[in-house]
Amino acid sequence: MTAVSIGRPTRSAAISPAEDKPHPGAGLLQYEPLIFELGGWEKTGVDFPSDGGADDACDLHGLSRTPPRLPGLSEPETLRHYVRLSQKNHAIDLALYPLGSCTMKHNPRMGEKLARLPGFADLHPLAPISTVQGAIELMDQLAHWLKTLTGMPAVALSPKAGAHGELCGLLAIRAAHEARGGGRKTVLAPTSAHGTNPATAAQAGYRVLEIAQTADGRVDLVDLAAKLDRDVAAVMVTNPNTCGLFERDVLDIARLTHAAGAYFYCDGANFNAIVGRVRPGDLGVDAMHINLHKTFSTPHGGGGPGAGPVVLSQALAPFAPVPWITHGAGGFDLIEEPRGEAVAALGRLCAFHGQMGMYVRAFAYMLSHGADGLRQVAEDAVLNANYVKARLSPAMSTPFPDGPCMHEVLFDDRWLEGSGVTTLDFAKAMIDAGFHPMTMYFPLVVHGAMLIEPTETESRRELDRFCDALLDLTAAVRAGDSERFIGAPFHAPLRRLDETLAARRPRLRWTPQNPDP
Amino acid sequence: MRYLPLTDADRADMLAVIGVAGVDDLFVDVPAGARLRGPVDLPLHAGELAVERALGAMAARNRAAGAGPFFCGAGAYRHHVPASVDHIIQRSEYLTSYTPYQPEIAQGTLQTLFEFQSQVTELTGLEVANASMYDGSTACAEAVLMAHRVTKRGKAVLSGGLHPHYAATTHTLGHCAGVHTQRLAAAIDGEAAVIEAIDGDTACVVVQNPNVFGTVTDLGPIGEAAHAAGALMVVVTTEAVAFGLLRSPGAMGADIAVAEGQSIGNGLNFGGPYVGLFAARETLLRQIPGRLCGETVDADGRRGFVLTLSTREQHIRRDRATSNICTNSGLCALAFTVHLSLLGGAGLARLAQLNHARARALRDRIAALSNVEVLTPRMFNEFAIRLPGPAAPIVEALAERGVIGGVPFSRLDPGGGLDDVLLVCATEMTTDDDISQLAQALEMELRA
Repeated sequence: MTAVSIGRPTRSAAISPAEDKPHPGAGLLQYEPLIFELGGWEKTGVDFPSDGGADDACDLHGLSRTPPRLPGLSEPETLRHYVRLSQKNHAIDLALYPLGSCTMKHNPRMGEKLARLPGFADLHPLAPISTVQGAIELMDQLAHWLKTLTGMPAVALSPKAGAHGELCGLLAIRAAHEARGGGRKTVLAPTSAHGTNPATAAQAGYRVLEIAQTADGRVDLVDLAAKLDRDVAAVMVTNPNTCGLFERDVLDIARLTHAAGAYFYCDGANFNAIVGRVRPGDLGVDAMHINLHKTFSTPHGGGGPGAGPVVLSQALAPFAPVPWITHGAGGFDLIEEPRGEAVAALGRLCAFHGQMGMYVRAFAYMLSHGADGLRQVAEDAVLNANYVKARLSPAMSTPFPDGPCMHEVLFDDRWLEGSGVTTLDFAKAMIDAGFHPMTMYFPLVVHGAMLIEPTETESRRELDRFCDALLDLTAAVRAGDSERFIGAPFHAPLRRLDETLAARRPRLRWTPQNPDP
Repeated sequence: MRYLPLTDADRADMLAVIGVAGVDDLFVDVPAGARLRGPVDLPLHAGELAVERALGAMAARNRAAGAGPFFCGAGAYRHHVPASVDHIIQRSEYLTSYTPYQPEIAQGTLQTLFEFQSQVTELTGLEVANASMYDGSTACAEAVLMAHRVTKRGKAVLSGGLHPHYAATTHTLGHCAGVHTQRLAAAIDGEAAVIEAIDGDTACVVVQNPNVFGTVTDLGPIGEAAHAAGALMVVVTTEAVAFGLLRSPGAMGADIAVAEGQSIGNGLNFGGPYVGLFAARETLLRQIPGRLCGETVDADGRRGFVLTLSTREQHIRRDRATSNICTNSGLCALAFTVHLSLLGGAGLARLAQLNHARARALRDRIAALSNVEVLTPRMFNEFAIRLPGPAAPIVEALAERGVIGGVPFSRLDPGGGLDDVLLVCATEMTTDDDISQLAQALEMELRA
């Protein structure tokens, strides 16, 4: 979910992009220009009917334009272009992808197949309700599973990603306070929180105060209690937290929060660690978003789309955004405006009904695993992380060595001290060893953080391959082989990229003035 | 369980390596009273065949758009997507990768995002575009928040032609940011009415082209009026194919252009996932929400792409970020870019022309019906008609005759006083036979 781009030195600051040159393919990996450099300015790779009545008649009274200046490619050229580019990406289907807090697990292909059934994919969001009964039924079933798994009475499905879900939860909390006449202005969140938490709180109109952390990586209850005054609207806590630890005082956090008249928002990004074993509703949570693209394995797609349904307590349920699903004698229906039983709804968070394509995939995933399989998911995710921790701890330093971790294990950079190798160097050298780097420099509470989340879909063999590779790298650090790290990666499609140059002189689109490569 | 590779023997070995007796020992930090003893009350695991049957049955209880004559638009459009688009986005390297935080091993995603941004700037006629938003409606809301940051003013004027869901979404986000959204009364051909509502506290006007009633407007005078008052003009487009035929938002003076990109490369999907396009003038670059992909070089001087200017974003700036957005619509943006690479500018223009022609054929046929009035004066591929009574029951009756006849405006704006207005749309998918069937069904319904 998060990465921080601090400390990314490159050795190319002196190189100007004017020297940008084409580089030949290495092996089967081809150099690939931009589509704008492939020509085809008059071309199109789509054949149109000659009898569609598409004459040039136009009743737009001078409001039309000349065709956009965009290149077109034939189908074979298009396929080759995008397949060549694809080969420069790492993916979960290639190897373990240990990005902590991102839950890069296997994506079942059955979901892709089912989401493409015409009854789901070729369905208009505003088609007559009588013609979309199966779609609303699926949403209703998904809602039932989410409510049962979390032990919460209500769910808002429409948020389109985790951060959108956070906003939904905080706006429900805000609406609840407003309904009570309260004008609370503060949200508390730990220093270790995902960046989306404070960003969301600010977007929801709150100021953010940080809660301190204890030496064992948890919320400091004393600090929390001291800051919980009558201005606090909500406490946002990620559980399991971003250090990979369960907040063992969670019941006290909830009790203190409620005693102060505030609501308890849980960031559910790490729900994968406890699904089927712990219900957030039993922990006193008032609102929690669930990243369907994490726990329920809808594909991350290079950055999206995701989906972020939010489960809500009884106190917040009346404020859930529209649409609401209802079920009457005539079948399923949707309430699409804040009226009737949805009169207190906080409004609308997006057009239509949310991420149906993601609902289909997530629901297929849930049905496949069932109550027993989902419990096994949590157990294997936690087991795999603790196994990695056990194997790597002798060679790397852990800030919180005592007790088990949950689904991810956090290391710091104390073990690199004096080696001349940084967390960034180590992460980039992992690429040469065949693995995607872990989340680095996050959470911010740990120096040189390296956060590893293997997930439950890794075999023992792949876990060992990963641990062996990292142990080999740690041995190289200790042997003083810093050449292997400084300037890595050496075997990726590109070497380290100059991020300073990119930010100092932004080139965000192709223009004809760009030098031809 | 087919997705879980560990065997019981693996688990036992691994627990021994960890040094605990059982998996329960790994959950000791969970309060004892909150540890579930057994599975929750839901069905147990199921094979692929069983899941396919269950979801297949649900899909079968829906009437797919392709099952008969179909005329819905209003923010989601049915277009033909070449098979190669879907093939590309199902490649593992695109489908199962994360946000490209490690550019050395994510050039595939990054270069396609750079191509996407380049295409969006050309379509919108603006200088910078981001790497996508969730959808058009959330992009619209973010544009208003951005205008608020840029101008430090507290009011946004929303035209009566703005899609009501977009207006509602913008109102929700604006409300918590302290931005007052003034939504004008629904009007078929009234985008210019926003000019009257501009005052000294107006951060922006939000107009839509074509608007939700399908009306195409010359936005130039609106932009001039907004700029004269120190306000920005935000232009919304829900039908991206229109970019192939209509003058671009940038050419008509837009400062920010947002759009729903679903029409290009993406299916209807009952409303999502879609892809929001977001473009702005270069001077506003630092206030843009979301990810930006930029060109740079690697340590050997080779061209490459990275996510850049991230000091605007939540993972760096936290509570002072331009937006809380993290996950966007990467794969939908890829579908958009692949489809648009096949089309090219010439193909998109041809596709747009074809849509316009089909819609004119539909309009001419419907205009000939008695008791039906075409309300939209200038249209691209959809328009509003007035029926002699409420549109919603007529649409349900048409559905029973096998025709999905369009979107009653009351579905979007219940109680808004336009219950007799029906929004109808034609695309390249609409055949002459479809049009005849709608006309005949409508005729029979209105006679009945």
